Amino acid sequence: MTLLGQFSLWIAFLLGVWCAVLSFSGRWERRPELAQTITRSVYAIFAALAVASVSLWKGLATHDFNIEYVAAYTSRNLPSAYIFSAFWAGQKGSLLFWAVVLSIFASAAQLLTSRRYDHLKPYVAGVTSAVTAFFVMVMLFGSSPFERLPYTPVDGRGLNPQLQNAGMVIHPPMLYLGYISITIPFAFAIAALLSKRLDTGWIQAIRKWTLVSWLFLSIGITLGMWWAYVELGWGGYWAWDPVENASFLPWLTMTAFLHSVMIQEKRGMLKKWNLGLIIGSFLLSIFGTFITRSGVISSVHSFTQSSVGWFFLGFLVIAGTLAFTLLYTRWPLLHADVQLEAMLSREAAFLFNNLLLVGIAFSVLWGTLFPILSELVRGTKITVGPPFFNRVNVPLGLLLLGLTGIGPLIAWRKASAANLRRQFVAPVAAGSITLVALLAGGMRDFYVIVAFSLAGFVAGTVIQEFARGVRARRRMHGESTSLALTRLVSRNRRRYGGYIVHVGILIYFVAFAGMAFKEEQEATLKPGQSINVRSPFGYTYTFTHVGISQFEQLNRIVSAATVEVRIDGKPAGVMVSEKRQHVDSFKRPTFEPSTEVGIRSGLREDVYVVFAGAVNGTEEAVYRFNINPLVWWVWFGGFVLAFGGLVTMWPGGEPTQRAVRPAQAGYGVALVGASE
Amino acid sequence: MSGAEPVAARREFFRRTLAAGASVALLGAIAPPSFTAQEPDTPRLSGEGENGTLGDPGAVGRPRAPTRSVDNDGTIKSVELRLACTCGCTLDIYTCRTTDFSCTYSPALHREIVALHDSGASAQQIIDAFVDKYGEKALMAPKPRGFNLAGYLVPSALISLAGGALIWIVTRRKRVNADERPAGAGTSVSGGPAASTRELDRLQQELARVDD
Repeated sequence: MTLLGQFSLWIAFLLGVWCAVLSFSGRWERRPELAQTITRSVYAIFAALAVASVSLWKGLATHDFNIEYVAAYTSRNLPSAYIFSAFWAGQKGSLLFWAVVLSIFASAAQLLTSRRYDHLKPYVAGVTSAVTAFFVMVMLFGSSPFERLPYTPVDGRGLNPQLQNAGMVIHPPMLYLGYISITIPFAFAIAALLSKRLDTGWIQAIRKWTLVSWLFLSIGITLGMWWAYVELGWGGYWAWDPVENASFLPWLTMTAFLHSVMIQEKRGMLKKWNLGLIIGSFLLSIFGTFITRSGVISSVHSFTQSSVGWFFLGFLVIAGTLAFTLLYTRWPLLHADVQLEAMLSREAAFLFNNLLLVGIAFSVLWGTLFPILSELVRGTKITVGPPFFNRVNVPLGLLLLGLTGIGPLIAWRKASAANLRRQFVAPVAAGSITLVALLAGGMRDFYVIVAFSLAGFVAGTVIQEFARGVRARRRMHGESTSLALTRLVSRNRRRYGGYIVHVGILIYFVAFAGMAFKEEQEATLKPGQSINVRSPFGYTYTFTHVGISQFEQLNRIVSAATVEVRIDGKPAGVMVSEKRQHVDSFKRPTFEPSTEVGIRSGLREDVYVVFAGAVNGTEEAVYRFNINPLVWWVWFGGFVLAFGGLVTMWPGGEPTQRAVRPAQAGYGVALVGASE
Repeated sequence: MSGAEPVAARREFFRRTLAAGASVALLGAIAPPSFTAQEPDTPRLSGEGENGTLGDPGAVGRPRAPTRSVDNDGTIKSVELRLACTCGCTLDIYTCRTTDFSCTYSPALHREIVALHDSGASAQQIIDAFVDKYGEKALMAPKPRGFNLAGYLVPSALISLAGGALIWIVTRRKRVNADERPAGAGTSVSGGPAASTRELDRLQQELARVDD
């Protein structure tokens, strides 16, 4: 099967190059049959990569340890789910995964895009094929998943224990789907630039794709935080690690694009900016791949250091140069239809929102690369860790949270005093009441106070919007409140889905702020001994060590340390944290023992128990106990955000053409001073 | 029965099903999980009763020393959070020693900090001693001085600059437009003949309708 896999990779590579050359030659414009050939080449690339993927999966499933990748990431006793997920657990497999998913997206873009955009599709195929061919080239010339060993080991090394977690089965694919799907909007942007069709057509064609990318990235990042929290055992979920930052960067620029594209649709402004954001997002997704695989920046998440990273650096430079040069040559065609009229307007609020999102992206990128810069300039190695990122980004994040409330309510073109009063009195009151309540409750942490107050303000804006919409529907159609709410959302999915996303974001902020109050305590306990830990909410948790039991389970020897928990003296069950020594099918240890955290999640706080080890091989256990406030709300915020994203992108619910036409006509006129 | 009725009924059915499904999912997500005891389903290895010895001590990882009160000391923790572990993990010493239990560097660095603390060094003196010994990379965040200031200030400075430029451009453009507008022509459409009041009123109404 490896021969078939390798052969399929070559076929995919040659087809990709052929498709790209044919597409960029532009000859299909005069010969429609060539356009069809291009589309069929895209499907053929997918077929070839599907064969390669099946070949690798077969190798994994049949324990063909002569394949280096299979021997490095699986063992005979690895549970089936992880044999399946081993496909993307290592560098080589993840490259194939990336290529095959990109070929699926590329085929979907050809298949699902309306015939209205037939003039763009061959160029789109050219870009997606070129990118796919690049990934296949990396495998063929740098890191092939079908490489064979000169001997056949009797068993494989097995999967890293930290990857043997449900989160790792779904988190990397989600993140990859987000990264990979950015290629489609990028391809449409390049197609629009090449074809010089720079009206709003390409933007309408990619609307769903940008939402898909953003949604997958959001879900992938949240699942990554969840995995870090439940698996790594450090009691947190975000550490500003370079690889975490790499996933955050395109999310920030895509979020900026989702906002600024509304300005282009409504007012014909920010055309250059939007193209720049899409190109930037794509390049950042490649940049993330580069830093994960090059070893140029140390990270706990990186793949093994290899020369593959330099392929990505080369691709990054070439793709960036070509894309921005193309944008530069089309610059004169990208003039705004109208100009920004006033700073107190929705356009200006969205512009500042974009400025902050891109500014945060820049500051994260700057911080990630600053150690390299410092070494180049001063010859001194430095560490840039969470204290740096928090200091720089927390104020910017809070400003952004404030704009989350302002942007959707302020009027287009120019806000009047009456508009500001009408829209902001209630939300400002909500924020102020939150502020007073916090101060009265004795809260003194500045950033927490600001975060909670702004969250109160944003919640006020969203509730007000929903309340007004429901009230209007009840008045106009005589509907019940629930029906009015359902129809309000289902008939304005983009707008109200966006508000739901904003709710998810404010929940995130509140939950992040809550972690400022976490409590930690280390303790060594003999069976029967107890320790008290005080929760930030005033409860006293008593943990009594019950003992350590050892047993075999699946592909590991488990040492389970059990504590009995009491809250203010009342029994509240038991919690278990484990040490897992993974073994191969010959019972030989494969990795250092890993830790499984015991977590009890609640609306107020999480109880987080870590079994650090045993004293002198006895049942005397060393524990770390954490009380982490509001962590459950991070996951709930992610759920709300994803739900809002789904509502926004759900098919249907768009305004009819009849309703859109007069609006576009109205905005097509450059109004200067008309509102004064 | 007209053809539209079954369609409406089907839509209503799907809408209700979707709403019910969403409610169940939401409730499932909101309901806090309860405590669960993880009962081993396979036989125990040999143990020796109360505080007995473990059947397979090697499976628990590196042997641990009992916790001392100084391990929970607030000053030491705050110092350790500001100092990087040198094992290459990118974590601070506190997080590394309480998370990566296979690391041998962070427990040694912790002992070094405790020794300095016991000798009467203040938090800042401990940090300075680490910077002297391990270099500036021992700090989790570089000191905001010299070239490092660029690290802290460049992002905010660029954002402020871009924001300021934006405000300046819009204000200037507004002033220029106001200056260029002929007296009494308060409501003109740029690049075309002046609109009548009636036309502008109609346009305003249309725009207001779109905004709503």
